[in-house]
Amino acid sequence: MHKSVVIIGGGPAGLAAAIGAYESGVEANDILIIEREKELGGVLNQCVHTGFGLTYFGEELSGGEYASRFIEKIEEYAIPYVTEATVLSVSKSKVIKFVSPQLGYTKVKADAVVLAMGCRERSRGTLNIAGTRPSGIFSAGSAQRFVNIEGYLPGKRIVILGSGDIGLIMARRLTLEGAKVLRVCEMKSHVSGSARNVEQCLNDFDIPLYLNSTVTKIVGEERVTGVVVSKVDENFKPIRGTGELVRCDTLVLSIGLIPENELTTEAGIKLDKKTNGAVVDQYFQTSLSGVFACGNVLHVHDIVDYVTAESINVGKACAGYVKGLIKPNKTKIPFEISDGVKYVVPQTFNFDPKKIDIILKRFVVYFRVSRDYEKAKITITSNGEELLSVIKNNIHSSQMHSVILTKKMAQVIEKNKNAKISVTEA
Amino acid sequence: MFYDVVIIGAGISGAMCAYKLSKYKLNIAVLEAGIDVAAGSTRANSAIIHAGYDAKEGTLKAKLNVKGCEMMQELTDALGVHYKNCGSLVVGFDDYDREQIEILKKRGETNGVKGLRILDKRELHKMEPNVSPSAVCALFAPTAGIVCPYDLAFALSENAATNGAEFYFNFKVSSIEKTDNGYAVSDGNDTVCGKYIISATGIYCDEIAKMIDDPLPFEIIPRRGEYMLLDKAEGKTTQRTLFVTPNENGKGILVTPTADGNIIVGPNANVVDEKGDTSVTIEGLEEISEGARRLVPNINLGAMITSFAGVRPTPSTRDFYIQESEKCKNFIHVAGIESPGLASSPAIGDYVVDILKKCGLKLVEKPDYIPTRSKEGNFKLFYDMTDKERKAAIEKNPLYAKVVCRCENITEGDVVNAIHRPIPAYTSDMVKRRTRSGMGRCQGGFCNTKVAEIIARELGIPVDQVQKFGKNSNILCGKTK
Repeated sequence: MHKSVVIIGGGPAGLAAAIGAYESGVEANDILIIEREKELGGVLNQCVHTGFGLTYFGEELSGGEYASRFIEKIEEYAIPYVTEATVLSVSKSKVIKFVSPQLGYTKVKADAVVLAMGCRERSRGTLNIAGTRPSGIFSAGSAQRFVNIEGYLPGKRIVILGSGDIGLIMARRLTLEGAKVLRVCEMKSHVSGSARNVEQCLNDFDIPLYLNSTVTKIVGEERVTGVVVSKVDENFKPIRGTGELVRCDTLVLSIGLIPENELTTEAGIKLDKKTNGAVVDQYFQTSLSGVFACGNVLHVHDIVDYVTAESINVGKACAGYVKGLIKPNKTKIPFEISDGVKYVVPQTFNFDPKKIDIILKRFVVYFRVSRDYEKAKITITSNGEELLSVIKNNIHSSQMHSVILTKKMAQVIEKNKNAKISVTEA
Repeated sequence: MFYDVVIIGAGISGAMCAYKLSKYKLNIAVLEAGIDVAAGSTRANSAIIHAGYDAKEGTLKAKLNVKGCEMMQELTDALGVHYKNCGSLVVGFDDYDREQIEILKKRGETNGVKGLRILDKRELHKMEPNVSPSAVCALFAPTAGIVCPYDLAFALSENAATNGAEFYFNFKVSSIEKTDNGYAVSDGNDTVCGKYIISATGIYCDEIAKMIDDPLPFEIIPRRGEYMLLDKAEGKTTQRTLFVTPNENGKGILVTPTADGNIIVGPNANVVDEKGDTSVTIEGLEEISEGARRLVPNINLGAMITSFAGVRPTPSTRDFYIQESEKCKNFIHVAGIESPGLASSPAIGDYVVDILKKCGLKLVEKPDYIPTRSKEGNFKLFYDMTDKERKAAIEKNPLYAKVVCRCENITEGDVVNAIHRPIPAYTSDMVKRRTRSGMGRCQGGFCNTKVAEIIARELGIPVDQVQKFGKNSNILCGKTK
């Protein structure tokens, strides 16, 4: 089989990339979306809560509703997709091997590939939690799947570790389904999720939030019978003697997301240790020519609306690549970061000097900061020349931020062959 | 039911005895206190096939270790078990270590270990560039290897079951009575009788010995060892098993690849009050982290995907004790099987068969003996298959095209197969150990719902009755509102 554009992952990133590619002129039949679940939509399908689409559509949708807007377009454009299909490998020559009950063992050669595999949750094993290994320990996402898709309750008396949005949403969801959520513990001194979710998911249900605290031990032989919760110091080290046994039958972990880059690694694509995703240029093209990445596989996003916006552009870039508009330029310009910046995407630039704006008129730069700022000054410089400078209030390390590079700025970066992003207290 | 041989314990030693004996025309029963094969020390250990230079010259341990290690390749090939003859290095950091390494080499040679060689600093770092720069020498043992210990025990048990051995699980022996023609072994509810009894009961071998009023002439000390398992992405940290130079406290903390491509770090050795205490401690994890960094300073312990612990039965004499009870005829103790019990196991099996022969057991080979795990052969997981085999497997059974565990590429075909193998899996942990589903970096985050559904479907039970490992370990607590 041969396809112009093969998209690995039929979640929000993959769907938007497919739509972007089609709308930029790639024939529907020259696109293939490979999705491992039974249906398109990715993790959105298990998100029955609302709050999706506020930025992109200006309305409040559930996860399923948000996904269906894009799935309907895929159907309308008649873009082919295969479900229950798992990609086993992507080769350097862009041959993708996958298996599915529908097509069996299949090889497809692609001109351009979009990596849109999403992310997974950090597990208990990545934490130094002492104790036994009984049943009753769930990641927030798998608890959500059991409740919302399968219709089963993971437990009755629940402690949640981690105050990310999924953890907060599950606190409310499990309460509504009749479980008692005893507390939400967060190692940091502030919540990781949004203020809105703290209000609507915890405060409205009188679920106590314990900051600066973590689970240090799991108790129980067969089923969890309790967890020991300890206070932590400013370095997140548990403070001896502060342990308190909380009787519960379930521990739900919402302790972070990790991009799923197994295929990326095997293909020999360069990864960024800070994002755990691929190193990309302004088209979100990876170190392997014609292979693009978008969505949570590239870097973990706060809201799906940003994933969509990013991925539509990647679809456009794919179309440009297939048409031969993207001329690979051997000298990649590194996008440096200053101390206050945790990471930036893209990490490199690779402009065609004569046609900087041939595919995208402007370039979105996504970044996270390494600490909280009340008033932050964000600047982008090239050879010391200030290209962009904005002041933003209340910049939190738990949020993703973005600024936009214009064609003019890109021209300077291309001329000077360097760029740097900095964040300082204003 | 009366059996020729009743084996108590389905750990590596019991499973090996069942495997060796099932070649012959014998009625064999295996009584296991746990719900599955490999429920005790066999489940959680370093998984190393030691070359045989550790045990003192002339001990039973030395003899069986060297012999068992030599037998491992052929055995694992026959049963389709992951085994890798990767070799091992005992790393020395100073002159004292160098002396000890010389002693080990001499001891190994006396024990019959082949190919032992002392490496200088340069050669060591060429072989394993990540070993600490302050290491000065190493003992290289090319015959050492790594195996998946519970898969080896499954393979042995499945072969025995295929050849007619009967397995009784949840059979916690509480009394053993002498009868006219042998022994009656009971768990309080059921009784199984046999002429010959083999007690291969790991940390409980002292308690079993007491039941026949023949206490072991030494103490069994339960010592817990904690481990950290690292992501496969770190698999290249070392190609060979790395030990520090042993001291009076044992072999110390090691760093080794596993047969499945992860890196394992551990164990410490702490005496525990309770034999079944396999919990991990923060102090323990810190202890093994420190030990690992001594061998490999740049080891990425942040890539830990899980931690676990096992309890091993350390005999106060530090040697294996495998012999017929002096008081009770035809009752064989297989006791004190601590490290290198796994490496020695094939030789332990043969040794026990010889004892039984001497006791008068008649061994007549079965004409219809099946040398593999099942009549259809060994079980190959999708993840172990070549492209061609994968294609064929999917054509035969489309469930092999449905990947359940994305970290390890385990398919629904593998899971369904595990549920219906000669020793069937009916909990999520049993499926996990047979297929590796949930053993990857997400630790079941994605596949646990799917595995639970498949188990429920295949067994015809509601999903909320699916257990993690039996008893009251149900994964879910009923339906939502």
